[in-house]
Amino acid sequence: MQTETLIKMANQIGDFFEAEPNQTQAQQDIANHLNRFWTLDMRSQLAAYVKEKSGAGLHQQVISAISAHLKV
Amino acid sequence: MDDIEYTKSKYVVPNYVPNPDYGTPKKHSEKLVTLNIDGVDIGVPEGSSIMYAAQLSGVSVPKLCATDSLEPFGSCRLCLVEIEGRRGYPASCTTPVAEGIKVHTQTSKLADIRRGVMELYISDHPLDCLTCAANGDCELQDMAGAVGLREVRYGYEGKNHLKAEKDETNPYFTFDPSKCIVCSRCVRACEETQGTFALTIEGRGFGSKVSAGNKDFMDSECVSCGACVQACPTATLMEKTVIEAGTPEHAVTTTCAYCGVGCSFNAEMKGEEVVRMTPNKDGGANHGHSCVKGRFAWGYATHKDRITTPMVRKSIHDPWQEVSWDEAINYAASEIKRIEAKYGKDAMGGITSSRCTNEEVYVTQKLVRAVFGTNNVDTCARVCHSPTGYGLKQTLGESAGTQTFDSVMKSDVIMIIGANPTDGHPVFASQMKRRLREGAKLIIADPRAIDLVENSPHVHADYHLNLRPGTNVALISALAHVVVTEGLVKEGFVKERCEWDSFVAWRDFVAKPENSPEALEKELGVKAQTMREAARLFATGGNGAIYYGLGVTEHSQGSTMVMGIANLAMATGNLGREGVGVNPLRGQNNVQGSCDMGSMPHEFPGYRHVSDDTTRALFEAAWGRPLSNEPGLRIPNMLDLAGEGRFKALYCVGEDIAQSDPNTQHVTHALESMECVIVQDLFLNETAMYAHVFFPGASFLEKNGTFTNAERRISPVRRVMSPKNGMEDWEITTKLSEALGYPMQYNHASEIMDEIAALTPTFKGVSFKKLDELGSIQWPCDDENPAGTPTMHVDEFVRGKGKFFVTQYVPTSEKVNAKYPLIMTTGRILSQYNVGAQTRRTKNVEWHHEDVVEIHPHDAEERGIKQGDWIGITSRAGETVLRATITERVQPGVIYTTFHHPESGANVITTDNSDWATNCPEFKVTAVQVSREHQLSDWQKHYQTFAEAQIAFANNKLSKKAQQPA
Repeated sequence: MQTETLIKMANQIGDFFEAEPNQTQAQQDIANHLNRFWTLDMRSQLAAYVKEKSGAGLHQQVISAISAHLKV
Repeated sequence: MDDIEYTKSKYVVPNYVPNPDYGTPKKHSEKLVTLNIDGVDIGVPEGSSIMYAAQLSGVSVPKLCATDSLEPFGSCRLCLVEIEGRRGYPASCTTPVAEGIKVHTQTSKLADIRRGVMELYISDHPLDCLTCAANGDCELQDMAGAVGLREVRYGYEGKNHLKAEKDETNPYFTFDPSKCIVCSRCVRACEETQGTFALTIEGRGFGSKVSAGNKDFMDSECVSCGACVQACPTATLMEKTVIEAGTPEHAVTTTCAYCGVGCSFNAEMKGEEVVRMTPNKDGGANHGHSCVKGRFAWGYATHKDRITTPMVRKSIHDPWQEVSWDEAINYAASEIKRIEAKYGKDAMGGITSSRCTNEEVYVTQKLVRAVFGTNNVDTCARVCHSPTGYGLKQTLGESAGTQTFDSVMKSDVIMIIGANPTDGHPVFASQMKRRLREGAKLIIADPRAIDLVENSPHVHADYHLNLRPGTNVALISALAHVVVTEGLVKEGFVKERCEWDSFVAWRDFVAKPENSPEALEKELGVKAQTMREAARLFATGGNGAIYYGLGVTEHSQGSTMVMGIANLAMATGNLGREGVGVNPLRGQNNVQGSCDMGSMPHEFPGYRHVSDDTTRALFEAAWGRPLSNEPGLRIPNMLDLAGEGRFKALYCVGEDIAQSDPNTQHVTHALESMECVIVQDLFLNETAMYAHVFFPGASFLEKNGTFTNAERRISPVRRVMSPKNGMEDWEITTKLSEALGYPMQYNHASEIMDEIAALTPTFKGVSFKKLDELGSIQWPCDDENPAGTPTMHVDEFVRGKGKFFVTQYVPTSEKVNAKYPLIMTTGRILSQYNVGAQTRRTKNVEWHHEDVVEIHPHDAEERGIKQGDWIGITSRAGETVLRATITERVQPGVIYTTFHHPESGANVITTDNSDWATNCPEFKVTAVQVSREHQLSDWQKHYQTFAEAQIAFANNKLSKKAQQPA
């Protein structure tokens, strides 16, 4: 899948949890959402993108969530 | 199940007699009143009429103007009775029962009066009974017999109505005033049952006549719901199908296949031919009412466009080849095996549809999960109510609406957000209008002035929050801000029923100044004061109920808005009892059911995540196959991957993604890129034009199963005619499964439901047998609730404590600019249904034969656009050309259209933008420019050529005979 599509979708998820007062929880929630609703391929592709390209274009909180909690 | 208990004949009731007519509506009172009628004591609820009590005790009082769907009127003077100790001859329909009275319904004096009345009626009525369409089904005829009318002393020489002109303009029924007895049943049905007030009695005395506002029926306000036809005691209003075919000889109770109201109907039959569909008085969702689609628009089932023989082809550029079922199934199976071997199982998937029964959806997702070996199964709820599933599960704990439709009769304040019930859910709208006429308050949040705003007689919105498309979440925050900052929260409810910490976080968030109506009024385009007043009304006006539709879900923040609605309902204590609740109005008949049946890629039936080991083990044991613990692809993901050459095979049952899904060109590119597209449908739909295998499907009249409506009501669908394609849809899926090496052993749809019940806690007590007994069941149906659950979350939420979510407004990325300065939003109209595959093949096209664009006079004038002009609509995704209609229903800066006709290309314009949580497309917000145009768009020209070629491929298909060597 095009990485741009994944970035856009992941950032939208990040946007929702941005208002969460507990940002540690928000990181967990972002990753949980990806784990529960995205296929393993989509998650792996995004994780690889974060690793290889430092997640350029992704919101910082999304990058942190992926790095810390994403199941791949 | 020991043997095949359910067969077609099980449901047939020979010598069909319609539901008994008690003359006046049933009254509800705990106090029983006992009276004596013709020597027999009978107890009835206080407030009942004498006519009702008589009918209940088995005594039929002659009547003409009374019927139990309408309040009594007392005009025909046939139902007179004598009451001991009272003077005169009161009408039994308008006289309430009283304790201890003695009533006589048959005396010589009453007989004289009744004969006299009937004589007058008959003196102005044609005596063509033998050739009349109502012969044998005419209450006037029955009453003439009942009162013993033997002669009519008044001749036809005087003035009469016998030559009154017949109105045949409505495609489904005729109006013959020469047969009218002016009983007003039609007028009252239009008012009380439907709430349209299209009919009236015009003139006085002898000149009194039923009139559709001095117009013919087609040009009048009539919405063709048929309530008047059903109420008419003579042949004055008569279905054209009955005129053509005669009266039915048996009937089968089944469920409508159109919208999410899920009306119960009696299919009245002659052999295997439907003569008419009559709404079932005992129907839990519709109580004997219907709309133009359910009652009349079923002719598509026998339309000449039906494809009834399987077809295959190697390439979509080849003509179709007609083959046997075995050949088609084996070819499809071999392609699936080939693609699996070449590309892997994750390159395959299935799409189920809300137009299919629960049983069909269940076997399709089972096929994909257990046999394809992937969770790549999704359903069309993806593009409509997937945010409802997500949002309500998160906040309340269950992915379903909380109420029954009847609950609205106890609502004091009704808030409608992004729904248009009079067009999309007409039978429920009639019930809602009844409550509004009784005095309930109405708040409407919609960019467009839907009919309920001020275009429905005796109903108007107290507040119309005509927000800009895409600003829903800002609106719900502004309303919540008022509730929180003005001290209107029901803290007792919140403390007892909800997670307090989540409430505090939400309260502090919505209380921020940036969420005040004043701060958001510019963004929303709604006056702050109006929002404040609406919020106060909702929070303090008594029982508050929220009804919402796709105007909530089909946004980039669809799920956020659903959670915002649940937040507001919890904060105001409007959950867990009748009259309140969060009520998603589902678009199609089985949206709720298709989601319940596990057709989302991340969850098994009953909304249990595929990663849940216990659930997965349960299904693995039952199905005997290993199952993946990873979520599969959603429809938009499948299409994205297909376009990139990584998704190769699709089994699409009853769904038409090439028309209904956004960004048509993206969808068709994806379909063209696949190697095996299998479509199962009634017609060569838009998706089938890109298919390699076509399995002809069966209509709802040709199969057994169940549909689950918007109030979680599981209702039976019953086979009334043999499938033209040879088998029911679940049988096709199981044949494909068998060809893939996994036989599914079902003899009847009821056995599939038995399996669903065995594996799904909320369906534990559901069976076809129980549906026969109860008529319908609202899930959860389990040991605790053996008869179902009309109202959810009564003592506690399904998730335990309700959870508030902070719902930050994030404007959509689909923004207007100088190039695309207008917002296009989409919706539905009454006479058409979804992609129109069914309704376009009925006479409903007489109301809506093309999709048009509504544009505000200001925007039209700026562009030199006049009423009826062709206008080009261009978005970032594509361009199409439609005819304009200029109206102030839409606000300046917003245009509106429907997508019922494929050549309109409404979805050529909509974009890939989608909801953050579920990928539900943002159909409701597309930035566009419009201009006058004189020719079709490039896409439309290409579509015309392509569609013509594809239809020719199907019409000129190579028959098996033609292929055989001479």
